[in-house]
Amino acid sequence: MTKISLTIDGRKISASPGMTILQAALENGIMIPNLCNDPRLVPTGSCRMCIVEIDKQPGFHTSCTRIAEDGMIINTHTDEIKAMRKTLLEFIFREHVTTCPTCDSDGNCKLQDYGYEYGVDVNKFTQIPVPSFPDNYTRNDHAIHYDPGHCIRCQRCVRICAEVQCAEALTMENRSNSVVVSTGLGKPLRESTCEYCGQCISTCPTGAIYEKNSRGKGKIKDVVKTRTTCPYCGVGCQMELNVHKETNKIMRVTTNVDLLPNYGNLCVKGRFGIEFVHSPKRLSSPLVRENGSFREITWDQALKLVSEKFLALKKQYGPDALAGLSSAKTTNEDNYIMQKFIRAVFGTNNIDHCARLCHASTVTGLSMAFGSGAMTNSINEVRRAPVIFVIGSNTTECHPVLGILIRQAVAAGTSKLIVADPRRIPLTHVANLHLQQRPGTDVALVNGMMNVILSEKLEDEDYIRERCENFEAFRAEVEKCPPKTAAQITGVPEKDIIAAARLIGKAAATYTIYSMGITQHTTGTDNVLSLANLAMLTGNVGKECTGVNPLRGQNNVQGACDMGALPNVFPGYQSAYDSEMVKKFSSAWKVPLSDKKGLTLVEMMNAAYDGSIHGLYLMGENPLLSDPDINHVKEALSRLDFFVSQDIFLTETAELAHVVLPATSFAEKSGTFTNTERRVQLVNRAIEPLPGTREDWKIICQVASHMGYPMNYGNAAEIMDEIAQLAPIYGGISHERITETGLQWPCPTPGHPGTLFLHKDGFKRGKGKFHAIPFIPPDEEPSNEYPLVLTTGRLLFHWHTGTMTRKCSVLDTLVPNAQLEMHPDDAGGFGIAQEEIVKATSRRGVITVPVCITDKVKKGEVFLTFHFKESPVNVLTNPALDKTAKIPELKVCAVRIEKIPEKNA
Amino acid sequence: MASQYRMNLMVCTGTGCVSNKSLNIIDALNREIEANGLAEEVQVIPTGCNGFCANGPIIVVHPEEIFYQLVSEEDIPLLVEEHLLKGRPVQKLMYTPPETKNPVPTMSEIGFFKKQMLIVLSNRGIIDPENIDEYIARGGYKGAAKALTEMTPEQIIEEIKASGLRGRGGAGFPTGKKWEFCRNAKGDEKYIICNCDEGDPGAFMDRSVMESDPHEVLEGMVIGARAIGAKHGFIYLRDEYPLALERVLKAIDQATEYGLLGEDILGTGFDFTISVNRGAGAFVCGEETSLIGSLEGMVPEPRTRPPYPAVSGYKGSPTNINNVETWGNVPHIIARGAKWFSGIGTETSKGTKVFSLVGKVNNTGLVEVPMGIKLREIIYDIGGGIPDNKKLKAVQTGGPSGGCIPASLLDIPVDYESLKEIGSIMGSGGMIVMDEETCMVEVARYFLSFTLGESCGKCSPCREGTYHMHTILENITKGKGREEDIELLEKMGTLIKQTALCGLGNTAPNPVLTTIKHFRDEYEAHIRDKKCPAKVCKALITYTISKEKCTGCTLCAKNCPSKVITGERKAVHVIDQSGCIKCGICKSVCRFDAVEVE
Repeated sequence: MTKISLTIDGRKISASPGMTILQAALENGIMIPNLCNDPRLVPTGSCRMCIVEIDKQPGFHTSCTRIAEDGMIINTHTDEIKAMRKTLLEFIFREHVTTCPTCDSDGNCKLQDYGYEYGVDVNKFTQIPVPSFPDNYTRNDHAIHYDPGHCIRCQRCVRICAEVQCAEALTMENRSNSVVVSTGLGKPLRESTCEYCGQCISTCPTGAIYEKNSRGKGKIKDVVKTRTTCPYCGVGCQMELNVHKETNKIMRVTTNVDLLPNYGNLCVKGRFGIEFVHSPKRLSSPLVRENGSFREITWDQALKLVSEKFLALKKQYGPDALAGLSSAKTTNEDNYIMQKFIRAVFGTNNIDHCARLCHASTVTGLSMAFGSGAMTNSINEVRRAPVIFVIGSNTTECHPVLGILIRQAVAAGTSKLIVADPRRIPLTHVANLHLQQRPGTDVALVNGMMNVILSEKLEDEDYIRERCENFEAFRAEVEKCPPKTAAQITGVPEKDIIAAARLIGKAAATYTIYSMGITQHTTGTDNVLSLANLAMLTGNVGKECTGVNPLRGQNNVQGACDMGALPNVFPGYQSAYDSEMVKKFSSAWKVPLSDKKGLTLVEMMNAAYDGSIHGLYLMGENPLLSDPDINHVKEALSRLDFFVSQDIFLTETAELAHVVLPATSFAEKSGTFTNTERRVQLVNRAIEPLPGTREDWKIICQVASHMGYPMNYGNAAEIMDEIAQLAPIYGGISHERITETGLQWPCPTPGHPGTLFLHKDGFKRGKGKFHAIPFIPPDEEPSNEYPLVLTTGRLLFHWHTGTMTRKCSVLDTLVPNAQLEMHPDDAGGFGIAQEEIVKATSRRGVITVPVCITDKVKKGEVFLTFHFKESPVNVLTNPALDKTAKIPELKVCAVRIEKIPEKNA
Repeated sequence: MASQYRMNLMVCTGTGCVSNKSLNIIDALNREIEANGLAEEVQVIPTGCNGFCANGPIIVVHPEEIFYQLVSEEDIPLLVEEHLLKGRPVQKLMYTPPETKNPVPTMSEIGFFKKQMLIVLSNRGIIDPENIDEYIARGGYKGAAKALTEMTPEQIIEEIKASGLRGRGGAGFPTGKKWEFCRNAKGDEKYIICNCDEGDPGAFMDRSVMESDPHEVLEGMVIGARAIGAKHGFIYLRDEYPLALERVLKAIDQATEYGLLGEDILGTGFDFTISVNRGAGAFVCGEETSLIGSLEGMVPEPRTRPPYPAVSGYKGSPTNINNVETWGNVPHIIARGAKWFSGIGTETSKGTKVFSLVGKVNNTGLVEVPMGIKLREIIYDIGGGIPDNKKLKAVQTGGPSGGCIPASLLDIPVDYESLKEIGSIMGSGGMIVMDEETCMVEVARYFLSFTLGESCGKCSPCREGTYHMHTILENITKGKGREEDIELLEKMGTLIKQTALCGLGNTAPNPVLTTIKHFRDEYEAHIRDKKCPAKVCKALITYTISKEKCTGCTLCAKNCPSKVITGERKAVHVIDQSGCIKCGICKSVCRFDAVEVE
C-alpha cells in the first residue's frame, strides 16, 4: 500500500491510508492530547481534546475522527488551540473532583498530566457546586466500583462494553451535565448483562471505574508491572501483574492494548482470578502423610524420601510399575522436564496428563486426517471469516476473549454464525442458526450436513481432487445419512441442517471451532474426523480464515502435548515407539529409553486399581474432581504404594498422597505457555516464590538427581534451548526471540517467522484423508431407571476443579455453588422447585446439587459443571473410553434426579 | 373538493383547532345541517391547519371564502340559520382587527393572510388531508409522475439545483447538491429520511405540513428517492404529534393503494417504500446523525462528521436527510419548474419560508412568506403589531439555536445570509416576538436552559460549557453577576461554538452572544446596578405602594398570596419586603395603578 504524506506542526510525516490524523501523529511520535480515545474503540470525538487546525479547512477538527489525507497541513498546538484545550480541561475538572492524593490512578492518569501541562485552574468555576452522586449501578458490587466524581463522561466504558465485549451492560444515563454511567434501568451491575470482564476498568482514563478490592492498595509509583501470560484458558491472553514493590503482592491486573492475541482484553478470570496466588491455603512446606494426617518435613527430607521410595518400587516391580502425570497448567519447561524424568529416570512411557480428558481425540483424529493434531488456524482470523461454525464449544464462557471476537464479527456483519450445541449457550443469542442436537449425535449431524453439500454439489471438487484421498469411501458412507435421517437422530429440524449445510457450502471460507462437546465422547475421534471431513469437503483447510480449530482448554495443554507429556510421543510429536526416535532421544539424554507402549490417564487409574501400577508422581492435576467416575479414581489412588502430589494447594487429590511437594504458581515462575493457536509465549516471574515453594522443574530435577540421574539447568531458558534442539517444530524458538511477541510453531529455525495457519501448501501427512464415519450412539443412553441425559461443562466465572477460582473472592462470590440446569417440564414432572437441592444418581454414584430451572437445556437433558467439590459431577460421569484416543465420555451419561425426602417427615 | 354542493364549510382540524374542540363543531354542524334539511346542498370538510392558530377554531365557507374565527359549538345553530339558510354572514364571528374594529369578512382581506405566499402550505385549509383524491385533484403527484416518467435522476437533481432550494431545517445547505453527493456515494443500499423531529420551543411548521398536506411530503420523498436511488425512506416523527402520525400513516396506505408508493410505482419499475419512526422526545434527534442513530436503535447521540450521512448514514449506507418543509417544496419545483421557483426570493435564498410567528404579536400563527421579505412586514403587516401598543424590543429567529435581533434591525430582509450576518440563523422557522417588557438576560438564560436540558452530554463543551454559561446567567439574573462575567460568557460561548460536536452545541450560545451584542447595556445594568430594566428578574425588583395613589381599597392585601401587605381600610398599604415573593399580583389587581416596580 502506498503511504500518504502530510505535514503536522511543520514536520513532514508519512502514514498509511485510512489512518486518522491522531493515529498518524501518535505513530510518528507527535503527541496530541486525547482522553476518549482507545485503539480498541471506534473513535467518537467526544472529549474534544484532540482538536487541530487543518489548512484551508475552516474551524477545528477532532483528529481522532478525521481521516488523514495526502498533503494535509495540520497544526496541533497553536496558541488558540492550547487556550481552548485549557478551558475544555477546566470544564472537565468541574466534573472530575480533584482528589489525586487519594486516587489509585495518581501518576497513571492522562487527565492529571494534561492538567499539569496546560496549567489548568481547577478552581476556575468555584461558583458551581461539587456534584454529589449518592448511588449508582455499582452499589454493593463486590468486584467493580464506579465513582461518578472521577468520571469525565468519555463513554469509553460504555463503548468498550458494547463494541468490544458485546455485552451491552453499560449505558449513559440522563442528559447534559447530569449524565452518568449506568446500566439499563439503573439495575445493579450483577443483575445486568455484565460479564465482569473489567474491560471498562481497562479503558477508564481517570480511575473512575476500578477493582473494588484493589482500592487503596497502591499507586502506580508503588508497583512494578510484569507482563506474563494468563494461567486460565488456552487463548493465552497477555496480562500485566502489578506487584507492590514492598509487599511482593499482586494488587491488580492490567493489560497492554498493543499485544497479541488479546489486544488488551481479558475475561473475568484474568481480571479477577489471580487472588489465589496469595491464598493463605497455599502450601508452604513439603508434607508427609503419617497415620492419616500430614506432617511438615524439610525439602531435603522430602527429596530423599521421594527418590528412595521410587527407586525401591522401580527395583521391586520394574519401571512400568511407575507412572507420571504431568500438567497442562505448568510451563513447557516443566512439562519437558517431567516427561524427560519419567522416560529417562523412571524408564517408562507411562506419562500422560489431562489432555487425555480434553483433546486426546483431537490429536488422534486430526493426525489421522491431516497429520497434525493442533488448531490449524489463528485466533484473530476468526474476525474476518465469512462463516463461523461453532460446535461443542461454549466459547464465550470457556474461551471468553476468543468468544468476543466471534460476537464482534457477527455484530459487524462480517460473519454468519452457526452454533451447534445441545444447550442454548450465550453464543446462540447472536447466532444465525442454532442446531440443538441431542448430546452425542454430532456425527449424524455433520454427516447430514455433508449429505446436503454433496447432493447440492456445493463441495470443492478441485480441492478434493488435488489435495485429498479416500473420498469415494467417505461419500458412500455420507450418502447413507440424508438430512431427514440426521434430523431423526439429532433432533435438529431437517430444514436447519439443510440451511447450515448451504451456508457452509456456499461460503468463501468457514472457520470451524470445536471443543469438549466434540472430543469428550466414546466417539470423540469420529467426531473430530467428521469435522475434518466437512472442512476438506468444502476446501476449508490450509487457507486463511478457515480451518478446523480445536480450542484448547488449559493455558498450556497445547504445550504439554508439544512437550511429549503423552505416552506415545517425545517432544515435537516424534513417536516414542519408533526405534529411530528412541535412539535419538536416548543419545540426547544419555540413557537407554523404553520403546514399550505407555499407559494413558484412565488406563493408569485402572492399572493402579488393579495393582499393576505401584508408584505415581503427579504434578499440578486434580483427577479426583476432573476424572470420570471419581469413586473409582479415589479407590485406585488409595491402592498405590507410593503417591507424590506436587501442587500449589492441598487439592482433593493431594490429600490422598503420601508426600506433597509445594510448587510455585505461574506468577512466581519463568517459562513459556503455548496457547491454543500454537503460539509460544513467555511466562515471566512477577513475584518471588512464596516461602517454602519451589518451581516445578527444579523440584523434578532435584528428585532426578537424588535418583542418580543429574539434571542441571541454570534457568528455564536453557531448558527451552534443549527443547529447540530436539523438537523440530520448536527449533527456532528461544526465550529471547519471544520477549515481545510469541511465535507460532512450526518454527523450525531461528530465522523462521512462525506459522499463522497449517497445511498451506499440502497436508502434513501428504494428502488430507477422508474417513467414512458411521454414526454410533453414546455408550450410555437413558433408561427407565436413569431417564435423563446428563451433560457437563464449564461456567464463565470458574475454572475446572475450582482449585484456583474458588480461592478468588470475587469469583466465588459471583457464583458460589453449582447448579443443575433442568428444563421446566422435567422439573414440573418431578415436582422440583427452583433452587431446590436434589439427589442426582447415575450407575456410578450419587451427589446432591441445587437445581436451576431453565430452558437453556432441552427437555430430557440436564447440565452440570465440574467446578464444585460440593457437587462433584464426575461421581456420576461415565469412564467409557474412545477406543482410539482413550478419552472418556464425560459429555453423556444417564442419570436420575430425585427429591430429597424431608428428614422429619 | 366536491363541486355539486352549494356551499363547502372547511373546518380546521389542525392540532390547535382540534384542541379548541373543532371536532365537536364538525359534529354540531352536521347535526344542524341535517336538521335543517341542507345535507344535499352543504358539505362540511375537515381540513388541515390554516395557520391562524391563535384565533381557532376556524371555519372558512366557500365559495365566498367567508372566514369565521373563535367559533364555539354554541355558535353553530346561529351560523347555520343565518349564513346557510338566510345567506347572511355572521359578523360577530368574523375577524376584527384591533385597530379598526370593523369586521373583515373574507380570508384574503385579512392582513394575516394578505402578504403570505403559499407554496408548501398551498393546500392548507382547502383539502381534506386524509383524502388522497383531494390532493390529486389539486395537482398532487403530478411532480412525481413527471420525475418518474419524463426525467432521469440526473435531470431531477439538476432541476433541484437550478431551483436554488436550500435546506429548510436551518443550515440552508443546497438541497440539489446534497442529493448529488448521496447519489454519487458508493453503496448498494441508499436511504432517504424526512426529519420531522421538530423540537424548537414554539415551532410547529412541520407538524402543520404533516397534518394539513401529508401527501406533499410523500411525493417529495418519492421524487428524491428516485433522484438518489433509494429504495426505502423513513419519516422520523415526534411522538408528540399524534395527529400528524395518524394522517401520514393514512397517507402512506392510500398512496400505496394507488400505486404511488411500493413496488413498480406508476408502472415505471421504480420501487420505494416509506416507514414512519416515532421519536421519543429527545431534542438532539433533530440533529441528523443523532436521528440516524436513533433510527438504528442506538442511543441518540450525534456522531462526528465527516463522514457525512451522504457517504455513511443509516447503518453505514449513503443517506440523504431533509426536513419536512424541504421535501414539501420538491413536488412544486418539479411540477412547475426550477425557473418559476428561482424567480421567488432573493439572490441566494429562493422560494418561500414557513415561520411560526409567536410571542408578543397580535396575530400568532403559521405564515409562509417569500424569502427576502422584511422582518417588519412579517411582524406588523402579517402579525398585526405588538399587543397593547407596546414597543417591540427584539425578534428571536431559529429557536434556541438562533439569535435575538433588535428592533433597530427590523428592516433587514429575511434570508439565510442576512440573518447569519447579524448573528442569528434562519433555523427551521421559529420566530418569537418580544416586547419592551422582556428581559434579554432572562431570555438568554431561558434558551440556554433549554439547550442545556437537551444536551445529550456526549461532548464536554456542550455538556459542561453550557452548564457553566447557564450558571453565570442565573447568577446575573439573581443579582450575583460579576464584572468579568460578560467577557467570560463571550469567551466560553465562542469556545463552545467552535468545539462542540454537533449543531446543538455549536449554536447553543447564540442567544447569549447575540443578546450581549445587541443588549449589552441590559447585562451591565444587571451586573453593575443590580437592576433589571425590563423589571422581570425578581431578585432585582421591588414592589412598593405609592402613598399618593393608594386609596386603601384592600384589594392588594386580600389577593397577596404571602399575606405581606398590611394597611387599614382607606389608609395607605405597605408591602413587607422581607416576605414579598414578587409575584406581581398586587400590581395586576390594583385599580389605581398604585403599585410600583423598581
